[in-house]
Amino acid sequence: MNFNQNYFEIFGLPIEYDIDPGGLSDRFLELQKEVHPDRFASSSEQEKRVAMQWATLVNSANETLKSSLKRAIYLLQLKGVELEENPQLPPAFLMEQIELREKLEDIEDGDGDLDELDSFKREVKGVVAAIENKFSDLVTEDLAKAEVLVYEMQFLNKLLIAANQLEEKLLDY
Amino acid sequence: MALLQITEPGQAADPHDRKRAAGIDLGTTNSLIASVREGVAATLPDMEGRHMLPSVVRYTAEGPIIGAEALEQAALDPHNTIVSVKRLMGRGVEDVRSLGEQLPYRFSEESSGLARIETAAGVVSPIEVSAEILRSLVERASETLAGELDGVVITVPAYFDDAQRQATKDAAQLAGANVLRLLNEPTAAAIAYGLDTGDEGVIAIYDLGGGTFDVSVLRLRRGVFEVLATGGDSSLGGDDFDHAIAEWLIEESGFEGDLSAELQRALLMKARSAKEALTSAEQATISHSDADFKVDAELSRDAFNELISPLVDNTIRACRRSVRDAGVALEEIDNVVLVGGSTRVPLVVSKVADYFGAQPLNDIDPDKVVAVGAALQADVLVGNKPDEEMLLLDVLPLSLGLETMGGLSEKVIARNTPIPIAKAQEFTTYKDGQTAMLIHVVQGERELVDDCRSLARFELTGIPAMVAGAAKIEVTFRVDADGLLSVSARETSTGVEASVEVKPSYGLTDDEITQMLKSSFDHAADDAAQRSLAEARVEAGRVIEALGNALAEDGEALLPAQDIDMLQQAIKKLQERLSGDDTRAITEGTEMLGRASEEFASLRMDAAVRRALAGKQIADLDNEMSDNEV
Repeated sequence: MNFNQNYFEIFGLPIEYDIDPGGLSDRFLELQKEVHPDRFASSSEQEKRVAMQWATLVNSANETLKSSLKRAIYLLQLKGVELEENPQLPPAFLMEQIELREKLEDIEDGDGDLDELDSFKREVKGVVAAIENKFSDLVTEDLAKAEVLVYEMQFLNKLLIAANQLEEKLLDY
Repeated sequence: MALLQITEPGQAADPHDRKRAAGIDLGTTNSLIASVREGVAATLPDMEGRHMLPSVVRYTAEGPIIGAEALEQAALDPHNTIVSVKRLMGRGVEDVRSLGEQLPYRFSEESSGLARIETAAGVVSPIEVSAEILRSLVERASETLAGELDGVVITVPAYFDDAQRQATKDAAQLAGANVLRLLNEPTAAAIAYGLDTGDEGVIAIYDLGGGTFDVSVLRLRRGVFEVLATGGDSSLGGDDFDHAIAEWLIEESGFEGDLSAELQRALLMKARSAKEALTSAEQATISHSDADFKVDAELSRDAFNELISPLVDNTIRACRRSVRDAGVALEEIDNVVLVGGSTRVPLVVSKVADYFGAQPLNDIDPDKVVAVGAALQADVLVGNKPDEEMLLLDVLPLSLGLETMGGLSEKVIARNTPIPIAKAQEFTTYKDGQTAMLIHVVQGERELVDDCRSLARFELTGIPAMVAGAAKIEVTFRVDADGLLSVSARETSTGVEASVEVKPSYGLTDDEITQMLKSSFDHAADDAAQRSLAEARVEAGRVIEALGNALAEDGEALLPAQDIDMLQQAIKKLQERLSGDDTRAITEGTEMLGRASEEFASLRMDAAVRRALAGKQIADLDNEMSDNEV
């Protein structure tokens, strides 16, 4: 096994941001059918170990590639970009974030309407999708700008997590 | 093939003989064993035609009694008769007490970890109790199938944490069974249904057993069962319905004070009968009368429904959560499968139907469906169906985390992550010259460590002495396909491997298991040696067979002639050792053969991966290679 292969290569996919989720998932299943340890339940310890390593690698690759945020971060890493822990974000973006945060707080402080929360999540996802589109172009042209977009995605991802936590609370999980 | 002449006295020489495999449903209330015979998976009955083995062990001075005979004595000898032991697996005494019920056992006070019970036959752990049940089932199968089992698949609730899974595997080891896989019960049920119908789509499995509740959402596509999400409650089941009825009875009787263990057991058994009667009847009569306690009560279906409604609602809430975790819309779920005897309760069926908006499937006996699915999977894993495409992709049921400063749990691997998986986390020292570090691994979703399950404490030692914060210790967590965790650690700046000592919070240490295995052979000293030799031979045979098959399939395509020759020689050498009875020589020979074939195993896997991506056969790759050489 060649551990130097990157996740895209493991799946036989071109190293680019846009990915066909159906194609990724098909390749994931085909690979697991070959490498999963269950295929080697009656084999030697060596084959079991190799299978375990491969299946783990295929799972990790799939987890990374199928998430648009993790895929973006990974792609930047491949291009040698090291992300900062506390990045500077454009003021305009931060203003937009404050407004979104306030909106979420209003939903929580109000009667916690699930429909409102739903439309809020849709709005945030719309913003994320637009950033992802920009990232897809910029990652081949301007890494510094692409890097900022990833920070924005991370920011919005945290907001979505907060929205999901509120949803769990409202649904009484 | 000449390579495969490994014969043991009394065993068939034909390597193409079908292997003996079985699926075991190790249940809270009842256990079953099933096997595929002539293409049909079915549960195996005992000599008296009974399929279900009550999961009950009664310890007497003369030895353990297992099953129906033990159950009959449960009310008379409650201290020595262990029922529903599954609820104690991987649990401490405090957990057991917090289950909110009075258990009639005398818990041994000596150990703070795993709960242990004092019996007429000495102190036993839940793992040993489970091992007795497994041993009884395995013996039944060996008799029915006329030979030792080559491997078993044991089912566990999907929601079982690492300690509970490890306890189950340890029990199998004590029982002398070769575990091919721990399989999640809902997945087993899906296999039982899936293979019959050949469906594609999203399935929800609602599994309410005696002591556990599981819900799983699976996608079946191209022969692959992919678990999308799983959830539930490992301490909620049909037994709780019995308890609800029993509490109602006590209320009705006006009795106050402490109930004796015998009376508790008697009331619970009457409650269970009433519950079962109410499956078809609208009304059940319950009466009990002795010196201390008198009750004569009528329980209507409606009143029963009211008693259990909050419990059933809890299961529906878990369903909602799992559907959400799975990322599917409720409408996308094509089928709902009911598993577990407790799904016979009419209120359960109607609430499940209401929530999912579909009539649930229950045409396979809900008591047997898990064992049947496990048997089908065992048949595949043991190698009886080399062309079978079926594959199960499971997920981690509960997040794994580490204790950080302030008693918080930092999640390392999130729940519903597909397994096997590995994640590395970096730690550093906080004192100058610090050479050891304590790491506490927990499992669960809550923020506070105290609200999660403690799995183990790892002590990392041998860290090179450096200034505070300079050492970088990379701790890698691996979860295998059974959902079991292992940990390794490395100091990254020097490359020094730190050693990891595992102290399971609620389990047996390896030493304890070895000790138990040894003591079970005490009465027959030769047995242990005989058994090691037999095991070494089986393992050697397995490796020879696997390598022989692999060479036949891919040897010429992947290896130069001299390497093939070398491996053939190595096989021959091990075969020679097999004819002797030197256990160590055989074990070492097996290891040597394993090491010699390591590179080949890797090459085969690489080829398989290429094939999967290109949709090509190895033969084609071979042709390409020779073309290039020309």
